Amino acid sequence: MMSILVGLIILLSVIVLVQILRVNELVSEVKNEDANEITEKDNNIQGILTFSIFGVLFLAFVLWQFKYWGVHILPPASSVHGATIDTLMNVTLAIILFVFFITQPILAWFSYKYRGRKNTVAYYYPHNNKLEVIWTVVPTLVLTPLIIYGLNVWNDITRADYSNSKVIELYAKQFGWTARYAGDDNTLGEANYKLVEGLNVLGVDMEDTNAQDDIVTREVHLVVGEPVLLKMRSQDVIHSAFLPHFRVQMNCVPGMTTQFGFTPTQTTAEMKEQEGEDFDFVLLCNKICGAAHYNMKMKFIVETQEEYDAWIASQETLKNTLTLN
Amino acid sequence: MSEHHKETFLTKYIFSLDHKMIAKQFLITGMFMGVIGMLMSILFRLQLSNPGESFAVLEFFLGEKWAPGGVLDPNIYLALVTMHGTILIFWVLTAGLTGTFANFLIPLQIGARDMASGFMNMLSYWFFFAATIVLLYSLFVESGPAAAGWTIYPPLSALPQAIPGSGLGQDLWLIAITLFVVSSLLGGLNYIVTILNMRTKGMTMSRLPLTVWALLIVAILGVLSFPVLLSCALLLIFDRSFGTSFYLSDIIINGEALHNTGGSPILFEHLFWFLGHPEVYIILLPALGIVSEVISVNSRKPIFGYKAMVGALIVIAFLSFVVWGHHMFITGMDPFLGSVFTFTTLLIAIPSAVKVFNYLATLWKANIRFTPAMLFAIGFVSTFITGGLTGIILGDSALDINVHDTYFVVGHFHIVMGLSAIYGMLAGVYHWFPKMYGRMMNKQLGYFHFWVTFISAYGVFFPMHFLGLAGLPRRYYTNSAFPMFDGLTDINEVITFFAIIGGLVQLLFIFNFFYSIFKGTKASENPWGSNTLEWTTPVERIHGNWPGEIPTVERWAYDYSKPGADKDFIPQNVPLKEGEEEH
Repeated sequence: MMSILVGLIILLSVIVLVQILRVNELVSEVKNEDANEITEKDNNIQGILTFSIFGVLFLAFVLWQFKYWGVHILPPASSVHGATIDTLMNVTLAIILFVFFITQPILAWFSYKYRGRKNTVAYYYPHNNKLEVIWTVVPTLVLTPLIIYGLNVWNDITRADYSNSKVIELYAKQFGWTARYAGDDNTLGEANYKLVEGLNVLGVDMEDTNAQDDIVTREVHLVVGEPVLLKMRSQDVIHSAFLPHFRVQMNCVPGMTTQFGFTPTQTTAEMKEQEGEDFDFVLLCNKICGAAHYNMKMKFIVETQEEYDAWIASQETLKNTLTLN
Repeated sequence: MSEHHKETFLTKYIFSLDHKMIAKQFLITGMFMGVIGMLMSILFRLQLSNPGESFAVLEFFLGEKWAPGGVLDPNIYLALVTMHGTILIFWVLTAGLTGTFANFLIPLQIGARDMASGFMNMLSYWFFFAATIVLLYSLFVESGPAAAGWTIYPPLSALPQAIPGSGLGQDLWLIAITLFVVSSLLGGLNYIVTILNMRTKGMTMSRLPLTVWALLIVAILGVLSFPVLLSCALLLIFDRSFGTSFYLSDIIINGEALHNTGGSPILFEHLFWFLGHPEVYIILLPALGIVSEVISVNSRKPIFGYKAMVGALIVIAFLSFVVWGHHMFITGMDPFLGSVFTFTTLLIAIPSAVKVFNYLATLWKANIRFTPAMLFAIGFVSTFITGGLTGIILGDSALDINVHDTYFVVGHFHIVMGLSAIYGMLAGVYHWFPKMYGRMMNKQLGYFHFWVTFISAYGVFFPMHFLGLAGLPRRYYTNSAFPMFDGLTDINEVITFFAIIGGLVQLLFIFNFFYSIFKGTKASENPWGSNTLEWTTPVERIHGNWPGEIPTVERWAYDYSKPGADKDFIPQNVPLKEGEEEH
């Protein structure tokens, strides 16, 4: 019944539209003009609309969004390298917005200013080599330092030496994360997917001496100011370890190990003071991985050395959990 | 010569060899798929702005199984996202855009009676049609259509245990894409051969309209990159069905350890994006060509810097083959490679900037006639600027770390590629409609269509940048699982509101399109006062295009408002006057 009604309404609207168009065309016919020819009046109306919508409404909407929705933008980075990314981002954004707020109004202004009039003839101006050289060279001059700057930041992030940092493994599967600390020897024990069984959810090879002191956890605790190297593995499909507050992201790919090193600069407690009580550093999955992709998360806690020491001491090593049970 | 001959209904409308009819077949199929793709986006937008709420419209379209109680199922959400992307990128903006305008414009604008091979051209459409049927059929299979994202990264797309859509739905997706690639190659080879060999007397490469230049370059891109997609898809079919391990290694799924070792999903990503990035320009370049033509004609001015425009197209096309890695900065690819791809990617900003400034220079001191096509062309310049600029952020590997796969990306590519290409396509339809159907589209509806589309499109995609900067990942069924995203509800509501308005107004366009085919006011031979050769053909469509001799080309396509001329346009077949200099 409902669908019939909806169908009827659609049919009626189409008929109404047809009739409006017919009337419109008949009126033009009576006036002896072509209903679809573009008149000077059309040019005026559309020119004014272009100016006010492209040049005013749209730009105002952009500014409005920065004012009211800008608050949702992530707080400044809570990691050492993240701060360099933020600065690069701000510089890039400034350049982009500058170009945006120059070119868009020019587009709107030219469209309005040069709207067609009956007795005007456009200016025949096929090319001007000097101008073209200018607007090839100027973007090049702006981009060159920006590219060099960006590559420097990238190299600093990816080439930083994390060989002596604390190693933590992030293990992804549908639909959850598990972490493994490398223990006192700071070396992760070997793992093989064929060894995943029962309590050994990560497939750690318990014959490897490095594996004995490894600690498996359901949340990650970090010491503020201490570099950490995350090593990622995946059990099934591609996942992506995304820690937006630290500006960290790296895919977790089955069959290989990926890594990302960083140094947290703010504790969870400090962030709660700034951002509100319900703040937490979280790890999200950022590569489509299945039905519960949207709900794949793990808490990261950044704390002082003492707090961390107390927490890690309360965790069981793999040797204890896997062999004593 | 293939003069006009008698045609039956079947040879005229169905198995037509006439490039103009084939163009219309592509256009109407593309529009049909466009409506489906758009409807899908509105369905999942409802879930994103009102997660978990019940909507009768969801149940109406998806049924009790996929939207139980009117609430979208998470797997079907992913399937809709996947199919929306696949349909829009391949079916609408590749086949619908290039298929339509390459077929329609190439022979008409270069002065040829038809494509080099009319038969291959017909095959191209029918392979596309078969691909369409297979893809649509996959919407109705028990386990649902493909759901691993339009980029179908394995292992998710390889393992039916990982997601229901990776069962039969994914097989059908792969078959549809294979047929699609065949269609695209048949078409592309034909376009290249036709442009290189069948130009009329006097139509040198330096007198080609920019539309033809763009379509030539697109065809070359397609011929070079689509076979790689085919091989990528074939290896995936092998992994799925024949137990090979090209992309699979060390996997446990549903508690079962698979035998595959030694493969790498990264290999898939390289193969996929080797097509995937040129594909972005396969979508964009025809729009650039169309917009160049529409802006010049309606500005009543020559396009500014013709040679620079051609050069920019060639440079963009070349660069598009060496930037694919910017989709893979954070996959674990060697960081040094990341640096190389950052460098090549950001270089694209230079030819793009040249194009924008040349468009602005064309508008300067113009005598603009605001047809609906012209409005869409100006809209294109606006979205090309907006979306192009955010590309500078995403192309920079260091910045990409934090915005990769967030809504920032969704906003960026929908504006620079989606909207720009759609605007180019709509500009083309409004502009060449009189030549296609011999009638005019209603201009008032056209104006209304443009303004509502322009406002709602920015209303949908601009706010997405803020969602992305807030860290919200794309392809999330709902953002309610993380308290940090709780504040984003009002942005999502605004987006959905504009998506519905923008979607509805496209129906008005489709109404205008079909109404005008049958009832529109009669068009004259050259209603826009345009220089290119297609406007020298008679209003009545004939197979062979020109009733008599093919016109000879005497000048370039952009002699608008040339000093000393009687009118503000001089068609390409008019000889130079004594003492007149060619531009």
